[in-house]
Amino acid sequence: MSTIPQSLAIPGILARDEQIILADWLKEMTTATRRGDLIKDNELRAQCGQFLKLVRLATQTAGSNFKASVWDPVREMLADVSRSRALQGFSPTETATFVFSLKRPLFIRIQEEYKGQPDAMATELWAATELLDEMGLYTTEVYQKSREEVIRRQQEELLELSTPVVKLWDGVVALPLIGTLDSARTQVVMESLLQAIVQTNSRVAIIDITGVPTVDTVVAQHLLKTVTAARLMGADCIISGVRPQIAQTIVHLGINLLEVTTKATLAAAFSVALQRLGVQFVKETPKS
Amino acid sequence: MGNYLLVTIQVDMHDRLAMALQEDLTQMISDTEARGVLIDISSLEIVDSFIGRMLGNIAAMSRVLDAETVVVGMQPAVAITLVELGLSLAGVRTALNVDAGMDLLKAAV
Repeated sequence: MSTIPQSLAIPGILARDEQIILADWLKEMTTATRRGDLIKDNELRAQCGQFLKLVRLATQTAGSNFKASVWDPVREMLADVSRSRALQGFSPTETATFVFSLKRPLFIRIQEEYKGQPDAMATELWAATELLDEMGLYTTEVYQKSREEVIRRQQEELLELSTPVVKLWDGVVALPLIGTLDSARTQVVMESLLQAIVQTNSRVAIIDITGVPTVDTVVAQHLLKTVTAARLMGADCIISGVRPQIAQTIVHLGINLLEVTTKATLAAAFSVALQRLGVQFVKETPKS
Repeated sequence: MGNYLLVTIQVDMHDRLAMALQEDLTQMISDTEARGVLIDISSLEIVDSFIGRMLGNIAAMSRVLDAETVVVGMQPAVAITLVELGLSLAGVRTALNVDAGMDLLKAAV
């Protein structure tokens, strides 16, 4: 009678009944949370077969000690499966069920193996449960990690996308800001604006905050920093697109924007910029 | 150049060099009765708070000696550093390049 979980019956059962377990397992998954729309049958079958083989190899040498290095291939495979499912759009439950649905077929085998030996059966079942739970939790963990990676990558992309500097006129650049300004974004905004000023040799820079939903003291501070940096390089900064509500907030918060030229619309700011460059537009009157 | 003094900083400034520049420049302004000083820092890539304050000081001293100071060609990285250090160089005129700086000086003097 085996009292130590390491001397498992699982490898023996797996070696003998691999095909039966595989068939049962696939059936189990079909009834549970099989997503035929997201993964093909033969693909799933190959995945399961490969998984069972790896588990058998690992249990033969290291028992149910999931932390052992012999389990590395299994862990890698679980991580792969979990990651690909996260990207394919499976839910966390569906991903973890990949492992958990193995329980029933495996338990049935163990029950048959230890008929009439309740003590041994309990030990084996306990070891198998522990092992499968650990693997299931591991898939969930990897699933979450890969989702977080996706979110982080999207954040970075958003950062890049959201700071375009456009040239309006020879010597005038504009930076339309959209979304909330935090420190990380301000840094990117400031750098790209200053870089654009150097590249286009612009004397006037317009920062348009029409798309900024709220201006608090932190955002205002960031804006002022950008304006000061541009001034240090020898470019004038105009802040445009100040909505009435934002004007009220700025005054209520006691933010001093007196040293900065502010305009209500981008058009007004642009005309000031042209004035500073000495450019004039004359409307053509039709000759009678 | 006529009534103007032109200073080009080509090397990384260290503290003693900045002090020497301040000495020489003030001496030069009073000797030549210059009306304007143009400092080109386009090759300067690293600044610290001391150099930042030095630039402000030089501008203030020149003003006492009746000369306008224009700092031209500041690199973006330098500008960001100065702002993060809390130095806005309030009394200093700035321009994008030497040409724009000369125009500014001619207009001011």
